[in-house]
Amino acid sequence: MRDRLLKVLKKVTTEPLNIGDEDSLFESGLLDSFALPDLVSGLEEEFSFKVPDADLNPRKFDSIARIEAYLSEHAKITG
Amino acid sequence: MPATSYIHAFGAHLPDRVVTNAELAAQLGCTPEWIESVSGIRERRWAGEETVADLAIGAARDCLQKAGVDASQLGLLIVSSGSAERRFPGPASAVAAALGLNATPVIDLPVASAGSIFGLSLASRLAETYGDVLVIAAEKMSAVIQGAALDQNTAVLFGDGAGAALVSARAGRFEVLDSVLHTDGAFRDDLTLEWGSPLWMKGLTVILQAARKLPAVIEEVLQRQNIAAKDVTQFVMHQANQNLIVRVAKALGVDPSLMFSNVAKYGNTSSASMFIAAAEWEPSAGTVVFAGFGAGFNWGALAARSG
Repeated sequence: MRDRLLKVLKKVTTEPLNIGDEDSLFESGLLDSFALPDLVSGLEEEFSFKVPDADLNPRKFDSIARIEAYLSEHAKITG
Repeated sequence: MPATSYIHAFGAHLPDRVVTNAELAAQLGCTPEWIESVSGIRERRWAGEETVADLAIGAARDCLQKAGVDASQLGLLIVSSGSAERRFPGPASAVAAALGLNATPVIDLPVASAGSIFGLSLASRLAETYGDVLVIAAEKMSAVIQGAALDQNTAVLFGDGAGAALVSARAGRFEVLDSVLHTDGAFRDDLTLEWGSPLWMKGLTVILQAARKLPAVIEEVLQRQNIAAKDVTQFVMHQANQNLIVRVAKALGVDPSLMFSNVAKYGNTSSASMFIAAAEWEPSAGTVVFAGFGAGFNWGALAARSG
């Protein structure tokens, strides 16, 4: 899952992914308000699931660890 | 759609004073280029002494003149504003008085950003009962952003202005095909303006939700009419941010050039922006979709056909 997540992240940011798992993707400048929708769409496409509108909360996607936790709970991880 | 209705004309009124990115950047400690890169906005208008009602009256007169309708013919007046100066009565009463109306019902919609799409949709469903409906959206956002120390994240975005639409059951320029409105109060605290407080916006949440809900509601109204997004001639949306407008186009799978945009000239004029855009837009024959999203969260879309 990690490799697929990082692949999506690399597609939506122009910055190098030198960041810890718990670090904020927004405060680090990796994501801005317009890259976030692209990240969510990219995750949906990569992991073949739909993030419901009620879950469209930036906190759920604020770090690699939080995204992994969300994917583990909601996405069907096949590899 | 229970009854056929038509949009006859759009109108607008903008204050004279142009506030450039350079002027704002000097006050905010950023660069004009940064403002344009994050918003697509190059300049905006700020009203001086004009009130929300004054702006609304200007747009009303412009719209009535373009529609060739005398104010005395109006059966209903709807005025949306998220920046009205007082709690009650809202600006609709002042607009009615200025137009010489003393018995015509008026409705204030304190709905920021999505107020014009809400007003337009309601008017399209009420025109058969009330007759000609004038919908106005007016905002004085400069008073909001200057009411406290300028905040770089919001001060660069907003401008002042008003727009209007004349809706009637009589045949006119655009036949309204259908409209859809939605509200999700779970996000009511993410974009707010309290009396005496600065505007509060969780920008990440607002953009994330808008980027999802706007394409979805446009698809919803089009699917109800069996129309594909690729067959729409033009989209006229709330002018919040050029980056958002382009993302909505991409999500719909249409060329961004189909999204009419004048946000560069006027900034985000909240509920007024969609009508101000419509008043400048030069329509061609085909299907047009109007859409908006804002605090609440409220969002909606309306499909119409131009002959």
